[in-house]
Amino acid sequence: MIDVKNLCKSFGDNKVLNNITETIDKGEKVVIIGPSGSGKSTFLRCLNLLETPTSGEIWFEGQMINKKGANVDELRRKMGMVFQHFNLFPHLTVMQNITLAPVTLKLQSKEEAGETALKLLRRIGLSDKADAYPSMISGGQKQRIAIVRALAMNPDVMLFDEPTSALDPEMVGEVLEVMKELAAEGMTMIVVTHEMGFAREVGTRVMFMDEGKILEQNEPHAFFSNPQHDRLKDFLSKVL
Amino acid sequence: MSIWEQIYSNLIAQDRWMLILRGLGTTLLIAFGAIIVGTLIGAVICLFRMSNIRVLRWIGTLYITVIRGVPVITQLMIFAFVIFASYSMPLNVVAIISFGVNSGAYVSEIFRAGIQGVDIGQTEAGRSLGLKKWQTMVKIVFPQAFKNILPTYTNEFIVLIKETSVAGYIAIQDLTKVGDMIRNATFNAWVPLITTAVIYLILTLGLARLFSLLERRLARSDRR
Repeated sequence: MIDVKNLCKSFGDNKVLNNITETIDKGEKVVIIGPSGSGKSTFLRCLNLLETPTSGEIWFEGQMINKKGANVDELRRKMGMVFQHFNLFPHLTVMQNITLAPVTLKLQSKEEAGETALKLLRRIGLSDKADAYPSMISGGQKQRIAIVRALAMNPDVMLFDEPTSALDPEMVGEVLEVMKELAAEGMTMIVVTHEMGFAREVGTRVMFMDEGKILEQNEPHAFFSNPQHDRLKDFLSKVL
Repeated sequence: MSIWEQIYSNLIAQDRWMLILRGLGTTLLIAFGAIIVGTLIGAVICLFRMSNIRVLRWIGTLYITVIRGVPVITQLMIFAFVIFASYSMPLNVVAIISFGVNSGAYVSEIFRAGIQGVDIGQTEAGRSLGLKKWQTMVKIVFPQAFKNILPTYTNEFIVLIKETSVAGYIAIQDLTKVGDMIRNATFNAWVPLITTAVIYLILTLGLARLFSLLERRLARSDRR
Protein backbone atom coordinates (compact mmCIF):
# COMPACT_ATOMS: atom_id res chain seq x y z
CA MET A 1 0.00 0.00 0.00
CA ILE A 2 2.78 2.39 0.95
CA ASP A 3 6.28 1.88 -0.38
CA VAL A 4 9.10 4.09 0.77
CA LYS A 5 12.37 3.85 -1.12
CA ASN A 6 15.62 5.46 0.03
CA LEU A 7 13.81 8.32 1.72
CA CYS A 8 16.05 11.13 2.91
CA LYS A 9 15.03 14.42 4.46
CA SER A 10 17.31 17.21 5.57
CA PHE A 11 16.53 20.55 7.15
CA GLY A 12 19.53 22.58 6.08
CA ASP A 13 22.56 20.62 7.24
CA ASN A 14 20.50 18.57 9.64
CA LYS A 15 19.87 15.12 8.24
CA VAL A 16 16.59 14.05 9.81
CA LEU A 17 15.78 10.97 7.73
CA ASN A 18 18.63 8.84 6.54
CA ASN A 19 17.85 6.53 3.64
CA ILE A 20 14.70 4.78 4.84
CA THR A 21 13.25 1.95 2.78
CA GLU A 22 10.06 0.41 4.07
CA THR A 23 6.81 -1.20 2.94
CA ILE A 24 3.51 -0.96 4.75
CA ASP A 25 0.70 -3.29 3.71
CA LYS A 26 -3.03 -2.84 3.82
CA GLY A 27 -4.51 -3.56 7.24
CA GLU A 28 -1.25 -3.20 9.13
CA LYS A 29 -1.08 -1.19 12.32
CA VAL A 30 2.45 0.10 12.40
CA VAL A 31 3.54 1.80 15.59
CA ILE A 32 6.66 3.96 15.47
CA ILE A 33 8.49 4.74 18.67
CA GLY A 34 11.78 6.41 19.42
CA PRO A 35 13.36 9.31 21.27
CA SER A 36 12.42 12.84 20.33
CA GLY A 37 14.39 14.12 17.39
CA SER A 38 14.69 10.62 15.97
CA GLY A 39 12.77 11.61 12.84
CA LYS A 40 9.60 9.62 13.48
CA SER A 41 7.23 12.56 13.06
CA THR A 42 9.10 13.74 9.98
CA PHE A 43 8.85 10.25 8.52
CA LEU A 44 5.09 10.26 9.06
CA ARG A 45 4.73 13.76 7.63
CA CYS A 46 6.67 12.75 4.54
CA LEU A 47 4.11 10.05 3.80
CA ASN A 48 1.41 12.60 2.99
CA LEU A 49 3.93 15.16 1.82
CA LEU A 50 3.43 17.68 4.61
CA GLU A 51 7.21 17.51 4.43
CA THR A 52 8.80 17.29 1.00
CA PRO A 53 11.42 14.55 0.87
CA THR A 54 14.92 15.69 -0.02
CA SER A 55 15.42 12.52 -2.01
CA GLY A 56 13.89 9.08 -2.42
CA GLU A 57 10.52 7.83 -3.52
CA ILE A 58 7.18 7.41 -1.83
CA TRP A 59 4.61 5.18 -3.49
CA PHE A 60 0.99 5.05 -2.42
CA GLU A 61 -1.53 2.67 -3.97
CA GLY A 62 0.68 2.10 -7.00
CA GLN A 63 1.57 5.74 -7.69
CA MET A 64 4.72 7.61 -6.98
CA ILE A 65 3.42 10.61 -5.10
CA ASN A 66 6.48 12.80 -4.68
CA LYS A 67 7.19 13.38 -8.33
CA LYS A 68 6.37 16.56 -10.19
CA GLY A 69 2.79 16.64 -11.40
CA ALA A 70 1.47 14.08 -8.94
CA ASN A 71 -1.92 15.05 -7.57
CA VAL A 72 -1.06 15.57 -3.94
CA ASP A 73 -4.53 16.79 -2.95
CA GLU A 74 -6.13 13.69 -4.40
CA LEU A 75 -3.81 11.40 -2.49
CA ARG A 76 -4.26 13.24 0.79
CA ARG A 77 -7.99 12.54 0.70
CA LYS A 78 -7.08 8.88 1.02
CA MET A 79 -4.65 9.50 3.91
CA GLY A 80 -6.25 10.79 7.07
CA MET A 81 -3.99 12.56 9.51
CA VAL A 82 -4.36 13.23 13.21
CA PHE A 83 -2.07 15.80 14.82
CA GLN A 84 -0.59 16.17 18.26
CA HIS A 85 -2.31 19.51 18.76
CA PHE A 86 -5.63 18.43 17.22
CA ASN A 87 -5.73 21.39 14.81
CA LEU A 88 -9.48 21.63 14.86
CA PHE A 89 -10.71 24.76 13.08
CA PRO A 90 -11.62 27.12 15.93
CA HIS A 91 -13.94 29.30 13.85
CA LEU A 92 -16.16 26.37 12.89
CA THR A 93 -18.50 24.21 14.93
CA VAL A 94 -17.70 20.55 15.50
CA MET A 95 -20.17 19.64 12.76
CA GLN A 96 -18.66 22.14 10.32
CA ASN A 97 -15.17 20.88 11.16
CA ILE A 98 -16.18 17.42 10.03
CA THR A 99 -18.19 18.38 6.96
CA LEU A 100 -15.90 21.12 5.62
CA ALA A 101 -13.64 18.93 3.50
CA PRO A 102 -16.24 16.53 1.99
CA VAL A 103 -18.54 19.44 1.14
CA THR A 104 -15.85 21.80 -0.17
CA LEU A 105 -14.44 19.04 -2.34
CA LYS A 106 -17.96 18.25 -3.56
CA LEU A 107 -17.72 14.63 -2.50
CA GLN A 108 -20.98 14.87 -0.58
CA SER A 109 -23.88 17.28 -0.41
CA LYS A 110 -24.20 19.29 2.78
CA GLU A 111 -27.03 17.03 3.96
CA GLU A 112 -25.19 13.80 3.23
CA ALA A 113 -22.05 15.09 4.93
CA GLY A 114 -24.10 16.17 7.93
CA GLU A 115 -25.61 12.72 8.24
CA THR A 116 -22.23 11.05 7.96
CA ALA A 117 -20.85 13.42 10.56
CA LEU A 118 -23.67 12.71 12.99
CA LYS A 119 -23.20 8.99 12.54
CA LEU A 120 -19.50 9.35 13.27
CA LEU A 121 -20.16 11.61 16.25
CA ARG A 122 -22.66 9.14 17.65
CA ARG A 123 -20.05 6.44 17.38
CA ILE A 124 -17.70 8.35 19.67
CA GLY A 125 -20.55 9.48 21.90
CA LEU A 126 -20.28 13.17 21.06
CA SER A 127 -23.35 13.82 18.94
CA ASP A 128 -24.50 16.36 21.55
CA LYS A 129 -21.40 18.44 20.73
CA ALA A 130 -22.25 18.89 17.04
CA ASP A 131 -23.00 22.59 17.42
CA ALA A 132 -20.27 23.35 19.95
CA TYR A 133 -17.15 25.27 19.03
CA PRO A 134 -13.76 23.63 19.67
CA SER A 135 -12.97 26.11 22.43
CA MET A 136 -15.89 24.74 24.44
CA ILE A 137 -14.81 21.09 24.61
CA SER A 138 -12.03 19.14 26.34
CA GLY A 139 -8.75 18.05 24.79
CA GLY A 140 -9.82 14.42 24.66
CA GLN A 141 -13.04 15.37 22.92
CA LYS A 142 -11.11 17.56 20.47
CA GLN A 143 -8.81 14.74 19.51
CA ARG A 144 -11.66 12.26 19.07
CA ILE A 145 -13.37 14.78 16.82
CA ALA A 146 -10.14 15.33 14.90
CA ILE A 147 -10.03 11.57 14.28
CA VAL A 148 -13.63 11.58 13.12
CA ARG A 149 -12.95 14.59 10.89
CA ALA A 150 -10.26 12.61 9.10
CA LEU A 151 -12.55 9.56 8.89
CA ALA A 152 -15.24 11.62 7.19
CA MET A 153 -13.05 11.62 4.10
CA ASN A 154 -13.22 7.84 4.10
CA PRO A 155 -9.44 7.37 3.98
CA ASP A 156 -7.60 4.16 3.18
CA VAL A 157 -4.94 4.80 5.79
CA MET A 158 -4.76 6.87 8.96
CA LEU A 159 -1.61 8.61 10.14
CA PHE A 160 -1.38 9.53 13.80
CA ASP A 161 1.31 11.98 14.91
CA GLU A 162 1.62 11.63 18.69
CA PRO A 163 -2.14 11.86 19.10
CA THR A 164 -2.10 11.66 22.90
CA SER A 165 1.03 13.65 23.74
CA ALA A 166 -0.75 16.94 24.29
CA LEU A 167 -3.54 15.47 26.40
CA ASP A 168 -4.09 15.45 30.13
CA PRO A 169 -3.35 11.92 31.37
CA GLU A 170 -6.99 11.28 32.24
CA MET A 171 -8.03 11.91 28.61
CA VAL A 172 -5.51 9.64 26.95
CA GLY A 173 -7.68 6.57 27.45
CA GLU A 174 -10.72 7.83 25.56
CA VAL A 175 -8.62 8.71 22.52
CA LEU A 176 -6.78 5.39 22.52
CA GLU A 177 -10.15 3.65 22.80
CA VAL A 178 -11.33 5.25 19.56
CA MET A 179 -8.06 4.28 17.88
CA LYS A 180 -8.42 0.69 19.07
CA GLU A 181 -11.92 0.47 17.64
CA LEU A 182 -10.62 1.83 14.38
CA ALA A 183 -7.87 -0.77 14.36
CA ALA A 184 -10.36 -3.53 15.07
CA GLU A 185 -12.39 -2.45 12.04
CA GLY A 186 -9.38 -3.14 9.86
CA MET A 187 -8.13 0.38 9.18
CA THR A 188 -4.53 0.62 8.06
CA MET A 189 -2.81 2.75 10.67
CA ILE A 190 0.59 4.28 11.16
CA VAL A 191 0.98 5.66 14.64
CA VAL A 192 3.81 7.68 16.11
CA THR A 193 3.38 7.49 19.86
CA HIS A 194 4.93 7.15 23.29
CA GLU A 195 2.11 4.88 24.45
CA MET A 196 3.91 1.56 24.80
CA GLY A 197 0.75 -0.17 26.00
CA PHE A 198 -1.01 0.79 22.79
CA ALA A 199 1.96 -0.36 20.71
CA ARG A 200 1.92 -3.74 22.42
CA GLU A 201 -1.82 -4.23 22.31
CA VAL A 202 -2.82 -2.82 18.94
CA GLY A 203 0.32 -2.77 16.81
CA THR A 204 0.93 -5.52 14.28
CA ARG A 205 4.43 -4.21 13.89
CA VAL A 206 6.51 -1.89 16.04
CA MET A 207 9.38 0.17 14.68
CA PHE A 208 12.13 1.83 16.64
CA MET A 209 13.61 4.92 15.05
CA ASP A 210 16.75 6.74 16.06
CA GLU A 211 18.87 9.31 14.24
CA GLY A 212 16.80 9.15 11.10
CA LYS A 213 16.88 5.39 10.69
CA ILE A 214 14.64 2.48 11.53
CA LEU A 215 17.01 0.64 13.81
CA GLU A 216 14.81 -2.30 14.64
CA GLN A 217 11.33 -3.61 14.01
CA ASN A 218 9.34 -6.65 14.94
CA GLU A 219 5.91 -7.88 15.92
CA PRO A 220 5.13 -6.32 19.31
CA HIS A 221 5.62 -9.34 21.55
CA ALA A 222 9.13 -10.07 20.37
CA PHE A 223 9.89 -6.37 20.01
CA PHE A 224 9.31 -5.67 23.68
CA SER A 225 10.38 -8.99 25.21
CA ASN A 226 13.47 -9.55 23.13
CA PRO A 227 14.96 -6.31 21.82
CA GLN A 228 18.20 -6.81 19.88
CA HIS A 229 19.71 -3.40 19.43
CA ASP A 230 21.51 -1.81 22.38
CA ARG A 231 19.96 1.54 21.61
CA LEU A 232 16.47 0.01 21.77
CA LYS A 233 17.24 -1.88 24.99
CA ASP A 234 18.40 1.37 26.50
CA PHE A 235 15.31 3.23 25.28
CA LEU A 236 12.91 0.57 26.53
CA SER A 237 14.58 0.43 29.92
CA LYS A 238 13.86 4.13 30.29
CA VAL A 239 10.26 4.21 29.11
CA LEU A 240 8.87 0.91 30.38
CA MET B 1 -16.07 90.04 22.09
CA SER B 2 -17.78 87.56 24.34
CA ILE B 3 -17.27 83.84 23.81
CA TRP B 4 -20.69 83.59 22.21
CA GLU B 5 -19.98 86.39 19.80
CA GLN B 6 -16.70 84.76 18.85
CA ILE B 7 -18.41 81.42 18.25
CA TYR B 8 -21.15 83.16 16.28
CA SER B 9 -18.76 85.02 14.01
CA ASN B 10 -16.62 81.96 13.38
CA LEU B 11 -19.24 79.29 12.93
CA ILE B 12 -22.60 80.83 12.13
CA ALA B 13 -21.93 84.12 10.37
CA GLN B 14 -21.70 83.96 6.58
CA ASP B 15 -22.80 80.30 6.78
CA ARG B 16 -19.33 79.25 7.90
CA TRP B 17 -20.80 76.03 9.34
CA MET B 18 -21.58 75.07 5.75
CA LEU B 19 -17.91 75.43 4.93
CA ILE B 20 -17.03 73.19 7.86
CA LEU B 21 -19.58 70.58 6.77
CA ARG B 22 -18.18 70.59 3.26
CA GLY B 23 -14.68 70.21 4.70
CA LEU B 24 -15.89 67.28 6.79
CA GLY B 25 -17.46 65.75 3.70
CA THR B 26 -14.20 66.07 1.79
CA THR B 27 -12.23 64.53 4.65
CA LEU B 28 -14.61 61.57 4.84
CA LEU B 29 -14.66 61.13 1.07
CA ILE B 30 -10.88 61.03 0.85
CA ALA B 31 -10.51 58.75 3.87
CA PHE B 32 -13.15 56.26 2.69
CA GLY B 33 -11.86 56.32 -0.86
CA ALA B 34 -8.30 55.86 0.33
CA ILE B 35 -9.11 52.95 2.63
CA ILE B 36 -10.80 51.16 -0.28
CA VAL B 37 -7.87 51.79 -2.61
CA GLY B 38 -5.45 50.97 0.21
CA THR B 39 -7.21 47.72 1.02
CA LEU B 40 -7.12 46.57 -2.60
CA ILE B 41 -3.47 47.50 -2.99
CA GLY B 42 -2.69 46.03 0.42
CA ALA B 43 -4.30 42.71 -0.52
CA VAL B 44 -2.35 42.52 -3.77
CA ILE B 45 0.97 43.49 -2.17
CA CYS B 46 0.33 41.01 0.64
CA LEU B 47 -0.20 38.22 -1.93
CA PHE B 48 2.99 39.34 -3.67
CA ARG B 49 4.92 39.18 -0.40
CA MET B 50 3.68 35.67 0.36
CA SER B 51 4.06 34.44 -3.20
CA ASN B 52 6.30 31.57 -4.24
CA ILE B 53 7.56 33.70 -7.10
CA ARG B 54 10.68 35.58 -6.17
CA VAL B 55 10.10 38.58 -8.46
CA LEU B 56 6.67 39.23 -6.95
CA ARG B 57 8.05 39.01 -3.43
CA TRP B 58 10.74 41.48 -4.44
CA ILE B 59 8.22 43.92 -5.91
CA GLY B 60 6.13 43.72 -2.75
CA THR B 61 9.09 44.40 -0.51
CA LEU B 62 10.27 47.27 -2.68
CA TYR B 63 6.83 48.85 -2.62
CA ILE B 64 6.59 48.70 1.15
CA THR B 65 10.14 49.95 1.66
CA VAL B 66 9.69 52.97 -0.61
CA ILE B 67 6.22 53.97 0.55
CA ARG B 68 7.00 53.63 4.23
CA GLY B 69 10.28 55.45 3.88
CA VAL B 70 8.85 58.64 2.37
CA PRO B 71 6.66 61.13 4.28
CA VAL B 72 3.02 61.09 3.25
CA ILE B 73 3.01 64.82 2.45
CA THR B 74 5.92 64.36 0.06
CA GLN B 75 4.08 61.50 -1.62
CA LEU B 76 0.92 63.56 -1.86
CA MET B 77 2.75 66.44 -3.55
CA ILE B 78 4.57 64.08 -5.92
CA PHE B 79 1.23 62.62 -6.99
CA ALA B 80 -0.35 66.07 -7.42
CA PHE B 81 2.52 68.03 -8.97
CA VAL B 82 4.58 65.33 -10.73
CA ILE B 83 2.62 62.23 -11.62
CA PHE B 84 -0.77 63.79 -12.30
CA ALA B 85 0.54 67.31 -13.02
CA SER B 86 -0.36 67.25 -16.68
CA TYR B 87 -3.72 65.53 -16.25
CA SER B 88 -6.80 67.45 -15.29
CA MET B 89 -7.66 65.01 -12.56
CA PRO B 90 -9.92 66.24 -9.75
CA LEU B 91 -7.82 66.96 -6.68
CA ASN B 92 -9.96 64.72 -4.49
CA VAL B 93 -9.20 61.78 -6.78
CA VAL B 94 -5.49 62.56 -6.66
CA ALA B 95 -5.71 62.61 -2.87
CA ILE B 96 -7.63 59.31 -2.75
CA ILE B 97 -5.06 57.62 -4.95
CA SER B 98 -2.16 59.12 -3.07
CA PHE B 99 -3.42 58.27 0.43
CA GLY B 100 -4.58 54.89 -0.87
CA VAL B 101 -1.16 54.05 -2.26
CA ASN B 102 0.38 55.11 1.02
CA SER B 103 -2.08 53.17 3.16
CA GLY B 104 -1.72 50.09 0.96
CA ALA B 105 1.83 49.56 2.19
CA TYR B 106 0.70 49.54 5.82
CA VAL B 107 -2.45 47.51 5.13
CA SER B 108 -0.45 44.82 3.34
CA GLU B 109 1.75 44.39 6.39
CA ILE B 110 -1.33 44.24 8.61
CA PHE B 111 -2.80 41.52 6.37
CA ARG B 112 0.43 39.58 6.27
CA ALA B 113 0.86 39.66 10.04
CA GLY B 114 -2.75 38.53 10.45
CA ILE B 115 -2.41 35.63 8.03
CA GLN B 116 0.92 34.51 9.41
CA GLY B 117 -0.51 34.73 12.90
CA VAL B 118 -2.79 31.79 12.11
CA ASP B 119 -1.16 28.60 13.40
CA ILE B 120 0.56 26.62 10.66
CA GLY B 121 -1.23 23.55 12.03
CA GLN B 122 -4.48 24.97 10.65
CA THR B 123 -3.07 24.96 7.14
CA GLU B 124 -1.62 21.50 7.63
CA ALA B 125 -4.94 20.17 8.86
CA GLY B 126 -6.72 21.64 5.85
CA ARG B 127 -4.19 20.31 3.37
CA SER B 128 -4.11 16.89 5.04
CA LEU B 129 -7.85 16.62 4.40
CA GLY B 130 -7.19 17.06 0.68
CA LEU B 131 -8.18 20.72 0.40
CA LYS B 132 -6.25 22.70 -2.18
CA LYS B 133 -4.01 25.55 -1.10
CA TRP B 134 -6.53 28.25 -2.03
CA GLN B 135 -9.43 26.35 -0.49
CA THR B 136 -7.47 26.07 2.75
CA MET B 137 -6.74 29.79 2.58
CA VAL B 138 -10.32 30.83 1.89
CA LYS B 139 -12.13 28.44 4.22
CA ILE B 140 -9.69 28.09 7.09
CA VAL B 141 -6.94 30.71 7.20
CA PHE B 142 -8.69 33.90 6.09
CA PRO B 143 -11.65 33.69 8.48
CA GLN B 144 -9.22 33.32 11.38
CA ALA B 145 -6.84 35.94 10.03
CA PHE B 146 -9.75 38.34 9.72
CA LYS B 147 -10.16 38.38 13.47
CA ASN B 148 -6.43 38.97 13.98
CA ILE B 149 -6.48 41.74 11.43
CA LEU B 150 -9.57 43.67 12.48
CA PRO B 151 -8.16 45.69 15.41
CA THR B 152 -5.06 46.91 13.55
CA TYR B 153 -6.97 47.37 10.30
CA THR B 154 -9.61 49.57 11.88
CA ASN B 155 -6.85 51.47 13.60
CA GLU B 156 -5.26 52.07 10.20
CA PHE B 157 -8.54 53.59 9.03
CA ILE B 158 -8.59 55.92 12.00
CA VAL B 159 -4.97 56.88 11.34
CA LEU B 160 -5.92 57.53 7.74
CA ILE B 161 -8.70 59.94 8.67
CA LYS B 162 -6.18 61.96 10.65
CA GLU B 163 -3.55 61.74 7.93
CA THR B 164 -5.86 63.30 5.35
CA SER B 165 -5.47 66.54 7.31
CA VAL B 166 -2.42 67.32 5.19
CA ALA B 167 -4.54 67.41 2.01
CA GLY B 168 -4.47 71.21 2.26
CA TYR B 169 -0.94 71.04 0.87
CA ILE B 170 -2.39 70.39 -2.57
CA ALA B 171 -5.15 72.98 -2.13
CA ILE B 172 -7.89 70.58 -1.06
CA GLN B 173 -10.41 72.12 1.31
CA ASP B 174 -10.69 69.33 3.85
CA LEU B 175 -11.74 69.76 7.45
CA THR B 176 -8.39 71.03 8.67
CA LYS B 177 -8.01 73.40 5.74
CA VAL B 178 -11.43 75.01 6.21
CA GLY B 179 -10.67 75.50 9.88
CA ASP B 180 -7.55 77.31 8.85
CA MET B 181 -9.44 79.32 6.23
CA ILE B 182 -11.91 80.52 8.85
CA ARG B 183 -9.01 81.45 11.12
CA ASN B 184 -7.59 83.59 8.32
CA ALA B 185 -10.91 85.28 7.67
CA THR B 186 -11.89 86.03 11.25
CA PHE B 187 -8.47 86.41 12.88
CA ASN B 188 -9.73 84.05 15.56
CA ALA B 189 -7.75 80.87 16.00
CA TRP B 190 -9.27 78.93 18.85
CA VAL B 191 -12.88 78.61 17.73
CA PRO B 192 -12.33 77.14 14.25
CA LEU B 193 -9.36 74.98 15.26
CA ILE B 194 -10.92 73.58 18.43
CA THR B 195 -14.10 72.96 16.44
CA THR B 196 -12.27 70.90 13.81
CA ALA B 197 -10.35 69.10 16.55
CA VAL B 198 -13.60 68.12 18.27
CA ILE B 199 -15.06 66.87 14.99
CA TYR B 200 -11.98 64.68 14.38
CA LEU B 201 -12.27 63.36 17.89
CA ILE B 202 -15.95 62.48 17.47
CA LEU B 203 -15.14 60.72 14.19
CA THR B 204 -12.24 58.68 15.51
CA LEU B 205 -13.85 57.80 18.84
CA GLY B 206 -17.12 56.90 17.13
CA LEU B 207 -15.36 54.61 14.67
CA ALA B 208 -13.25 53.01 17.39
CA ARG B 209 -16.45 52.24 19.30
CA LEU B 210 -18.17 50.86 16.21
CA PHE B 211 -15.26 48.59 15.41
CA SER B 212 -14.95 47.27 18.94
CA LEU B 213 -18.62 46.26 18.78
CA LEU B 214 -17.89 44.40 15.56
CA GLU B 215 -14.93 42.66 17.15
CA ARG B 216 -17.07 41.48 20.00
CA ARG B 217 -19.57 40.02 17.55
CA LEU B 218 -16.76 38.15 15.84
CA ALA B 219 -15.40 36.78 19.10
CA ARG B 220 -18.41 34.47 19.24
CA SER B 221 -16.40 31.28 18.74
CA ASP B 222 -13.67 32.25 21.18
CA ARG B 223 -13.28 30.85 24.65
CA ARG B 224 -16.12 32.09 26.78
